Amino acid sequence: MFFAFAVRNLRRHWIRSALSIIGIVIGVVAIASLGIMASSINLLVANVITDVGDTIVITPHTAIGGTFAGDPRTAVDAAIPAREVEEIRRAANPHHTVPVLQGADEVEFRRGESGYTQIIGLASDDIPILLDLEEGQYPRQNQPGALVGTYLAAEYDVAPGSKLTIGNESIRVAGVLAERGFAADINPDYAIVVPDGWYESHFGTNDAYPMVIVRVGDVEQIDAVKDAIESRINRREDIVDIFDSRDMLRQYEEIYQQITTFLVGIGGISLIVAAVNILNVMYISVTERIREIGVMRSLGALRREVLRMFLYEAMILGLIGSIIGGIASTAFGYLISLAAVEVFTAGTTFGENFTVFDQSAVGFIIFGMAFGIGTSIAAGFYPAWIASQLAPVDAMRQK
Amino acid sequence: MSGEPILRFEEVTKIYPLPAGDVVALDRVSLTVDPGEFIAVMGPSGSGKSTLLNMMGCLDVPTAGRIYLSGQEISQLSDDDLTRLRRDRIGFVFQQFNLIPLLSAIENVEFPIILTTGREESRRRAIEVMRMMHLDDALFSHRPGELSGGEQQRVAIARALVNDPDLLLCDEPTGNLDTKTGTAIMDLLAEENREGKTIVMVTHDPGVAAYARRTIRIVDGRLA
Repeated sequence: MFFAFAVRNLRRHWIRSALSIIGIVIGVVAIASLGIMASSINLLVANVITDVGDTIVITPHTAIGGTFAGDPRTAVDAAIPAREVEEIRRAANPHHTVPVLQGADEVEFRRGESGYTQIIGLASDDIPILLDLEEGQYPRQNQPGALVGTYLAAEYDVAPGSKLTIGNESIRVAGVLAERGFAADINPDYAIVVPDGWYESHFGTNDAYPMVIVRVGDVEQIDAVKDAIESRINRREDIVDIFDSRDMLRQYEEIYQQITTFLVGIGGISLIVAAVNILNVMYISVTERIREIGVMRSLGALRREVLRMFLYEAMILGLIGSIIGGIASTAFGYLISLAAVEVFTAGTTFGENFTVFDQSAVGFIIFGMAFGIGTSIAAGFYPAWIASQLAPVDAMRQK
Repeated sequence: MSGEPILRFEEVTKIYPLPAGDVVALDRVSLTVDPGEFIAVMGPSGSGKSTLLNMMGCLDVPTAGRIYLSGQEISQLSDDDLTRLRRDRIGFVFQQFNLIPLLSAIENVEFPIILTTGREESRRRAIEVMRMMHLDDALFSHRPGELSGGEQQRVAIARALVNDPDLLLCDEPTGNLDTKTGTAIMDLLAEENREGKTIVMVTHDPGVAAYARRTIRIVDGRLA
């Protein structure tokens, strides 16, 4: 019966109720769709980052330490001497050590179409260890031949057999690399990979490498290998910085967590605003009905029954608002994350087969709805409590 | 009828603390209400009539003294216990009718039954009492705002009687009614009393008080 009271009172002041519901809807939609957007970005980036959980990346020690690939503080033109690379190779044995040469030169893809491109030099034996082919074949030992990153190849319509001009030297394209995504070590999707011999004859050599990659077969052994390299190379002074791809993922996850918290927090604020509105509406409702409450109490309604009646009102507002909000945020969150994906992947083919909805999106909708109902009830509690504590005699004296 | 009084006040005092100083609303009032009585409480404004009625109706507790309802001491009971006593043993009729505007006439009458039983199978009893109050069936589904003053007060009396209370308390039951309607309402109350209902009624209208078989006068919180 007290539930029926609540329903009737909400219907009696339907405009007020509808406005409160709209507030909750907006709050729930804000939480859920911002959460969905955050999780979409996460999914997208996770999709883009290659799963290189077994890679240790060693770079020259920089004055200010970086913690992830691409940290601008570590963009220092420095290299690890060949002598140290051999030390690393010994320390990392039997795991595979891959010294990496990186540079840039102007590349002409066909007449009139040229531009600076990243050139990666790897030992011919090492290339198949790090990179997969989409088409063509790996360059043979001591044979000049280039591998073109998949996006670069798509952009300039390059295929095995094509000719490129790097600087003034012509080189045949042996193959096109498979998409690798953003990784902690090298990012060849927009680059050209050449054998180290060709690289050194083209760029000259100073017998040093800007980066050394160690492929550890077993993820369990990463820490042991890192320690071995650390104690061998950095014994007296720090010569190299060592990190593995897990550090990058950790870093990324931290950033993702912060983005999510921030976005959901914004949504939460709008729901709190909606809750204040419910508090206000309920407070008005209690004030208007003081006399009615007094009558109910004098006829034998218990305090907790009055409390329940007003809590029902808040709960109904929260429930309707949250259900509508849940439905709306399913639609709205889908659109907003499609938009987010489009913005984040503009001009690339990342996330082409990317789906927006996963469990965490559903989780955010459910979380938004639960939070909506929860805050509504919490907001209704104070006015309901006040109503229940009124002395019947005082309440009935009110006009 | 049992020999035990329905209501017994022993040296009941009620003091309202106010910033301007304490107000003594009731000053050591002792009285008894026996089963089947029809009592009018009369006195000037501010004399303590309403406070007395509130104490009788378990709406308020005394500052000092004891109140017994059918032999049970009530001055120390919890709010929940007092609420249950009001619900099960006492019927109220107010000057302002005090019907619940969200409910139809018949739902107002059902309200105390539902509070007691928690069930909604109360319609038959509600109809029976409403017909006793000479209310037309066509009015049952009307909201209080659609009823005349007299009709509202009949609904209010039906509501007060629906749980068959030991005691019917009326606070100026005809105060908001014209003379003719007021007379009809008083006839209904007198009829109830003839059938055994114990009634205590606050009024300042001697014509209304004349329906009672005993009159208590109260001045400055004391029985006169």
